[in-house]
Amino acid sequence: MAIRTVINAAGRQVPLEINGQRVIPFRGVGKHLPDGRKYAPPIPSCISYPADGNKVVESLEEALVKCGIRNGMTISTHHHLRDGDLISNRIFDIASALGIRDLVWLPSASFPCNDPVIKYLEDGTINRIEGSMNGPLGRFVSEGKMKGTAVLRSHGGRVQAIQDGEVKIDIAVLVAPSADYFGNARGTGGNSSCGVIGYAKTDSMYASKVIVVTDNLVDMPCFPMEIEGNYVDYVVVVDKIGIPEKIISGTTEITRSPDRLLIAELTASFLERSGILKDGVTMQAGAGGTSLAIAVFVHDIMKKKGWKSKFGFGGSTKYMVKMLEEGQMDYILDAQAFDLDAVRSIEKNPGHIPYPVFNAYNYHSKGNLTSMMDIMILGATEIDIEFNGNVVTHSDGYLLHGIGGWQNCLQARNVILPVPLFRDRIPVIVDRVTTLCGPGELIDVIITERGIAINPLRKDLIKSVKGSGLPLRTLKELKDEAEKICGKPEKPEFDDRIVAAIKWIDGTVIDVVRKIHTE
Amino acid sequence: MGKKIAVTGYSGPKVRSDCEVTLELRIKGGITIDLTSKVRVLYGESIKTLCREMMDFFRIRHAKITINDTGALPFVIAARIEAAVNMLQVTEEYLPEMIRENTYSTTKDRFRFSRLYLPGNSPGLMINAGLHSSDGIILDLEDSVAPVKKDEARILVRNALRQIDFRGAERMVRINQGEEGIRDLRSVIPHNVNMILIPKCESREQVVKVNNEIGTIRKKYKIKDQVLLMPIIESALGIENSFEIAKASENVASLAIGLEDYTADLGVPRTIEGKESFYARTRLISAAKAAGIQPVDSVFSDVLDMEGLRQSVQNSKALGFEGMGCIHPRQIAIINAGFTPDTQEIEKSKKIVIAYDEALKQGLGVVALGSKMIDMPVVTRARKTITLAVRTGKLPADWKNEFIASGN
Repeated sequence: MAIRTVINAAGRQVPLEINGQRVIPFRGVGKHLPDGRKYAPPIPSCISYPADGNKVVESLEEALVKCGIRNGMTISTHHHLRDGDLISNRIFDIASALGIRDLVWLPSASFPCNDPVIKYLEDGTINRIEGSMNGPLGRFVSEGKMKGTAVLRSHGGRVQAIQDGEVKIDIAVLVAPSADYFGNARGTGGNSSCGVIGYAKTDSMYASKVIVVTDNLVDMPCFPMEIEGNYVDYVVVVDKIGIPEKIISGTTEITRSPDRLLIAELTASFLERSGILKDGVTMQAGAGGTSLAIAVFVHDIMKKKGWKSKFGFGGSTKYMVKMLEEGQMDYILDAQAFDLDAVRSIEKNPGHIPYPVFNAYNYHSKGNLTSMMDIMILGATEIDIEFNGNVVTHSDGYLLHGIGGWQNCLQARNVILPVPLFRDRIPVIVDRVTTLCGPGELIDVIITERGIAINPLRKDLIKSVKGSGLPLRTLKELKDEAEKICGKPEKPEFDDRIVAAIKWIDGTVIDVVRKIHTE
Repeated sequence: MGKKIAVTGYSGPKVRSDCEVTLELRIKGGITIDLTSKVRVLYGESIKTLCREMMDFFRIRHAKITINDTGALPFVIAARIEAAVNMLQVTEEYLPEMIRENTYSTTKDRFRFSRLYLPGNSPGLMINAGLHSSDGIILDLEDSVAPVKKDEARILVRNALRQIDFRGAERMVRINQGEEGIRDLRSVIPHNVNMILIPKCESREQVVKVNNEIGTIRKKYKIKDQVLLMPIIESALGIENSFEIAKASENVASLAIGLEDYTADLGVPRTIEGKESFYARTRLISAAKAAGIQPVDSVFSDVLDMEGLRQSVQNSKALGFEGMGCIHPRQIAIINAGFTPDTQEIEKSKKIVIAYDEALKQGLGVVALGSKMIDMPVVTRARKTITLAVRTGKLPADWKNEFIASGN
């Protein structure tokens, strides 16, 4: 039974229905403005909860059973424990033992430690994952082995979908490094501190049932709370929610690769010479080695000029903390901390403020942080000559990454993508991106080790660096150079079956990923 | 017949942009290709086509080729296959295209502030080497290549010379000592090498031998462009003979010192302050200057210590060295900046050039600055300093107008 497809506003063939639900094809940037009302979870009454506020139950299994876990439910989790998460997999161990089937897992991201859920995808405990797919999980989905269709959303798209009722969470299982018996919880304290749990707020507000799992039960009130106990049904205390050294990388380090450093240097000098970098700038960069190097170079420039950044949005790293502590940044607004210095900073610096992704990234809200950022540094697996970007599949067609906050961040004033021209013979700049995640009209500058391409739509930027001596090229020229060195790549072969849908930040379908053709 | 299986190249979890080729010659069954590659989807067919073309070229009809590829570029795969064939039978050379960008020549008096060493059998480091703006790029066939990999490296370096655009950096090859070095020359000289580095040079004869061999090869291949020489002095004997070495041929353009081996020869540890090599360095500088060529310094081996490097460059320049080796691209900018003329030098050079212009205008035979007579080489050097100051952005191209306008 074939599902009807249409060509969306980005020229991509997308279905009108995914997992039995009607979906809206992408209509263009800023074109889909829904009316109607937000989703609301059932109304609880306080009388149904312990009058003494103590919601602690014996085990996660008991909590899940009390929440009424059954076939076909949607279970959400957040990813703040990253590769050290010990709880997500256990939910499905329990569900499988209870004989539950066809669950939908809605993580805010998945990590290699979650690979064991593949067996539950195989045995039918889980129907599908709506969230990022990395490594073996991505391979599993790409090869068409998952029963349902994956839905990939950005961090902001996930909270938008939850808020708008596109996904209805039956049970949210939210791990917390510290919590009290009432369910107030935060990201610091205990042995599994991750600093911030900025991805958990939406789930706590919109899920029908909420379970908080902690290994550090503190006295009421657990303050400052990021999750409010009023939203919580049950509290579970376990020995260990995570493996500390895998939750936080001890330290994030700037790249040592000479080529990446060259890209970082070029990026910093572009920011300076174009005048985008200025006193009072707002900016965001990721935790990848190249981004960190850019942050270091930018910090140097700002120090020399005596400039200050008003605020930066995390994920925070020690390099951002350094800017804060040395006086080149007034505030870090932070949805997640990447290293130990960042965690320590949250505990001691009043200017380092936990800031939920619900507030930072949600497109269906009365404004958000993304459009306030002057400089946004992002990556991509592929960019095409129309400046369109791909972050979820590689050129070989396999799903390998989640979208993260990437799509949301495209709303910033100046979106800069520092990328190598090719990675081990795999070209980054291509004729047409394998999977479309971000429309080219939102991507402003591509910076490679062999030149800088500015989107022709940004005449102001082109003018600003005229005569600066920066190596300006067109994307076509860069692509041709890559092909001269690497050869012209062949295309992966796909079957018709759709294995994943890529949502745009407004909830419409911008593209799909099809099953990789295997001989 | 001897062995029928040859293995070349590298594979493994840490290897990138390279491949391991196992070639097994057979007596029947045609050509079979077993390809494992990170880029199979994108380049699988083109890799197999390359294999078949090469087997055709070498007239091999029956063989099994197993390739374990981590994203090697075509010239690398070709080098690995040729090296494998080479181990099993006498072959001709399978030459990839010489790209147009790689045909530039050099001059004896160009600046050689920074020269970047690249291990000759590690393709991953080669491809972007030209982006880091070193004055020279050295494809090293000597110490960085294991003895059993010499043949392989020669082929890879030859292909790199034809295929990689080093963006104007002087194209250098460090050859091996003795007969191995002569074999190196035969492999690389026909592919537009600008300069040959002669390691562990101890005598005039070594230079002459290399120079003669290059002469023979140039004649055979009708190569017009000169091939310059940079002997590297790495022993006490070499230091004592350094002037003779510097004068051994017209083609010797620079004299380099190798301090790791030199201090080993003395039997003392190499220190950062370098007291133990002070004599050697000053002796070599003096010999080079006496012969009218550039003395260039050894490498600074701690790639993380940028402050130490900066210090070392300053000391080096103060002694009279005119350049330094780099073992990491991050060292290049610091070295280039260190040897780039400073404000004082630039000011002095400006005056000399203007004085020369004046003298020329007035038809004078001698150039004088104040009461001091100026020799022609000084003018030449001043001009070079000015050119470099302009090139490095330390001086505007139209500085003369400004100079005159300011009433100097």
